[in-house]
Amino acid sequence: MSHYHDLSAVEEQITSCMRCGNCQAACPYYRETGSESSVARGRIRLARAVLTGELKYTPALAERFECLTCYACNATCPCGVKIDKVLLAARAAMVREGGTPALKKLMAIALKNQRLLDLGFKTTARAKGLFLKPHPAGGLSPRFPLGLELRRVVPPLSPKPFRGQVRESVPVPGAGKKVAFFTGCLNNYVYPSTSHAVVEALTKSNVSVLIPREQHCCGAPLVINGVIDVAEEMARSHVDLFSGLGIDALVVACGTCGESFKRKYVDLLDGAPGYANRARELAAKTYDIGDFVCNVAPFDRKRLREVAMKVTYHEPCHLGRGLGVTAEPVEIIRSIPGLDFIPLKEPNRCCGNAGSFSFTHYDVSYNILKRKLTDVAGTGAETVITGCGACRMQLEDGIAQEGLGKKVFHTAEILALALR
Amino acid sequence: MSLTKAILDLRAILGKENVVTAKEDLLCYSFDATAGMPEHLPDVLVTPLSVKQVAEVVKVANRYKLPVYPRGSGTNLSGGTVPIRGGIVLSLLKMNKILEVDPENFVAIVQPGVIIQTLNTTVAAYGLIYPPDPGSMATATMGGSVAECSGGLRGLKYGVTRDYVMGLEVVLANGDVVRFGGKTVKNVTAYDMVRLFTGSEGTLGIITEIIVRLIPAPEARKTMLASFKDLTSAGNSILGIIQSKVIPATMEIMDRVTMETVENHAHVGLPTGAEAILLVEVDGIPEVVRREAATVRKVITRNGGTVKAAADDRERDQLWAARRAALPALAQKRPTTILEDATVPRSKITDMLLAIQDIGRRYKLTIGAFGHAGDGNLHPTILTDARDSEEMERVHQAVDEIFKAALAMGGTLSGEHGIGMAKARYLPWEFGEKGVQLLQKIKEALDPGCILNPGKLIPRGEGQV
Repeated sequence: MSHYHDLSAVEEQITSCMRCGNCQAACPYYRETGSESSVARGRIRLARAVLTGELKYTPALAERFECLTCYACNATCPCGVKIDKVLLAARAAMVREGGTPALKKLMAIALKNQRLLDLGFKTTARAKGLFLKPHPAGGLSPRFPLGLELRRVVPPLSPKPFRGQVRESVPVPGAGKKVAFFTGCLNNYVYPSTSHAVVEALTKSNVSVLIPREQHCCGAPLVINGVIDVAEEMARSHVDLFSGLGIDALVVACGTCGESFKRKYVDLLDGAPGYANRARELAAKTYDIGDFVCNVAPFDRKRLREVAMKVTYHEPCHLGRGLGVTAEPVEIIRSIPGLDFIPLKEPNRCCGNAGSFSFTHYDVSYNILKRKLTDVAGTGAETVITGCGACRMQLEDGIAQEGLGKKVFHTAEILALALR
Repeated sequence: MSLTKAILDLRAILGKENVVTAKEDLLCYSFDATAGMPEHLPDVLVTPLSVKQVAEVVKVANRYKLPVYPRGSGTNLSGGTVPIRGGIVLSLLKMNKILEVDPENFVAIVQPGVIIQTLNTTVAAYGLIYPPDPGSMATATMGGSVAECSGGLRGLKYGVTRDYVMGLEVVLANGDVVRFGGKTVKNVTAYDMVRLFTGSEGTLGIITEIIVRLIPAPEARKTMLASFKDLTSAGNSILGIIQSKVIPATMEIMDRVTMETVENHAHVGLPTGAEAILLVEVDGIPEVVRREAATVRKVITRNGGTVKAAADDRERDQLWAARRAALPALAQKRPTTILEDATVPRSKITDMLLAIQDIGRRYKLTIGAFGHAGDGNLHPTILTDARDSEEMERVHQAVDEIFKAALAMGGTLSGEHGIGMAKARYLPWEFGEKGVQLLQKIKEALDPGCILNPGKLIPRGEGQV
C-alpha cells in the first residue's frame, strides 16, 4: 500500500522529523504567514495527530495540509524527511475521512472526462468576451468573480487546443529515436506554442514524435488535492495508452506532469496487477524536454542561430527539485549565441502559482510572486525563461499587474527559435 | 468561563486575526525543537504587533491568572518555549523590524522577531557583523536568542550573545515597560539589568526591543582541517594553539563515531582511521591571519596531526561541509536525537571526550561527540528511539552521568542551550540549595504571580498558577 492509500506508510517519515525548524527558512508559505501550522514541522505534527487518532477530520484540519507543494522543505530538511509524501498522504487521508470538497469534486469530474474538459475550454475560449475583458497589458481580466480574483490577468485560451492542430504522428525519416509527447493541459489549451516548439526541437534533433490524441490530464492536481481514486483511474488509462506505443521515451514539457509519470503513477499503481510493472517501465523512460535534448538526443549546437535577447531563468519547483532537472535548461540557454543570460538570485524559489493553490489562496500566492518579480526586475532581463506553463501563467499575471512589460517563454520555445 | 472572557479581552486588544484558538493551530505550538520533552497544548496563541499590545496581553494574563509563554521561532533546545501549563503562547514574530543600524556607534536596534541572519545580511552592507552564530541562525529570532543567550561556532574568539547585548526594553510581569542600557560602550549605572534579562529564558520579562553591538567584518580568514590518530593529540593541539597566543574564530572537534556517521551519510572525504578531527578557522587582518595559520599548522604537526588547508572559498566550503553535516548525519541514523551541551574548561576537553565514550560503552548507547572544542562546549549526541522505553531509561541515566562528569571537571550544565525544562532538575548540582534559593527569590521578586514561562529554569517552589 502506498502513502496515497494509507497514512501509516509515512509513519517513519513522521518520526524522523527532529523538529529543528529549519523548514521555516525555506518555506515560502510560512514566510508569508509566520504560522507554525503552515510550515512542515507543524504539519508533520498534525499528520501524526491524524495517524494516532488525536485529531479527526475537520475542514479546518484538511486546509492545514494545503501548501504550494514546492518541496523547498524537503531540500532543506537535515533529517531527509520526505515531507511532500507526508503531506500528500495526509491530504488523501483527509479526503478519505471527510470526502471531496465540492470545488475539488467539480475539478475531478472535468479532469477525468477529457471531452468535457475540451468542451469546457472551448466554450470558455469562445465565450471569453462574456466573462473576461482585455487587460491593457495584454491578457484578460475577469469581468465577474468566477472563482478568479478580479485583479488577476489570465492568458486567453487557445481557440483550438494544440492536440487538435497537429497530426498524431510526426515522423522523421531515418529517426534515431521515437518518443511520445505528453502535452499536459496548459501546453494543450493555453500555450500551444510551447507544444509546437517541443515537437520542432525534437524533430530537428532527429526524433520522431507521437502525440496520442487520447491523452488527458496527468492527474497531478487530483493527487495534490488528495483525490486518489480518480487519479488512479487516470494513471491506469495513461499506462495503457503509452505502454503500447513501442516508444523509446515519453517526453513532457512540464515538471508536474513529468513527476506524475516518473513517480506518482508508480506509487498509485504499486501492487496493482498488470499495471505496477508497466508503470515502472514508463517511469524509467520519462524525460523532461530539456533533459532529453541535452542528454538523450542532443540538439545540434552547430545549427543554433543567434538570438539577441537579455534573459533570466526561473526554475519550476517540480522540474528542479521534483525531476532533478536543474543544469540542463541553463545549459540550453548558455549554448544559444546572442542570449545575454543574467541568473536570478534565487532561481529555484517558488513563484507562488502551485496550480489550484493560487485559486484558493490568491493573496498569499501573489505576495510570493511579488518576491519573485523583485528578483526578476533586479536582473534587468527583458524575457523570463521557464519550463512550466503554470509558472508562466503566474509570472505573466504579475508582470501585467505590475506593468513590468516583460515576456515569458518556455525553454523549448527559445531552443526552437534558435534552431529555426 | 474565565478563559472565554480572557479570549474576548485579547481579541479586543489584538484584533481577531491575531488571536488563534483552533486546536489544529495550537497543536503546532505544543512543542519546540527539543527532543524528548513532554508536549502541552496552549489555550490561545496571540501575536502582538507592538510593545503596548504585549503589555496589555500580560495584564490580561494577570487578570485571569493565565501563564504566558513568549515564543520566537521555537528553535531552542531546552524546552524553553513549550507551554507546559497551557495558557497563552505569545508569538513575537510580527514584531520583526530592524529599527536602526548605526554605523557610527557600531550598534543596531531591533525588534525581537528579527531573524538573526536577516540582521547579519543587513549590517553586512556596512562592513559589520553581529557575531553570535547559533546553528539555527537562519531561523532563530533575536528575541529568542537573547532570552536563551545563544552561543555558536565563533564563541571562542567572539563570545556569546550576552557579549553583544547593550540595551533592552522589557515588559515586566505586571505589564510595566522598562528600558536598560543603551548605545554607550561604557555603562555602569546601577545593577547590570541587561545581563539579568539576557539568558533569563522568558521567566523574568518579555524582551520587546534589543540594542546590540556590531563589530567590523574580518578582512581575511584561513580554514584548516586536521586529523589525529588519537583523542589526546587532538586535545593537546587545542591547548597548544591557544598557548601559542592564537585565538581561532572557530575550533571544532568531531569524534570517530560522528566522523564515521558523516562519511557514511554525506561522503565528504573525511580521513578514515582517524580518531578525531579538528576544524580550525582563523580570521582578521590578512597579515595576522597568515601568521596565525602558520602557527596553527606548526602546533598540529608537532602533535602528530595531518593538516589540510583550504586554498579558496570553494575548498573552505568543502571543509565546512563535514562539520555542517555532523548533526544531520547523526540525526538520520536513529529516530530520536538527544543533543546535550555540557561544557568544561578547555583544558579538560580530552578528559570529557573520553568520559563520553566511556558512558556510551557502559550504557550501550551510540553517542557521537562533536562541538566547539576551543571553548570546551561539546555536543554529546545520543542516538536513540523515543518509542523504546527500556533504551530511553538508559539514555536518561547516561545524560545524568554526562552532567556529573562535566561538573566534576569544573564545567557547567549548559554552554549555550539554556536550562528550560530539560535541565531544571540538575540545577541544584551546580548551584547548590542556597544558590537555587537565590534564583527563586529573584523570580519571586520579578514575577510574584509566576505567570511568565512557568515550569522553566527554576526547579521548584515557584508558586501556583
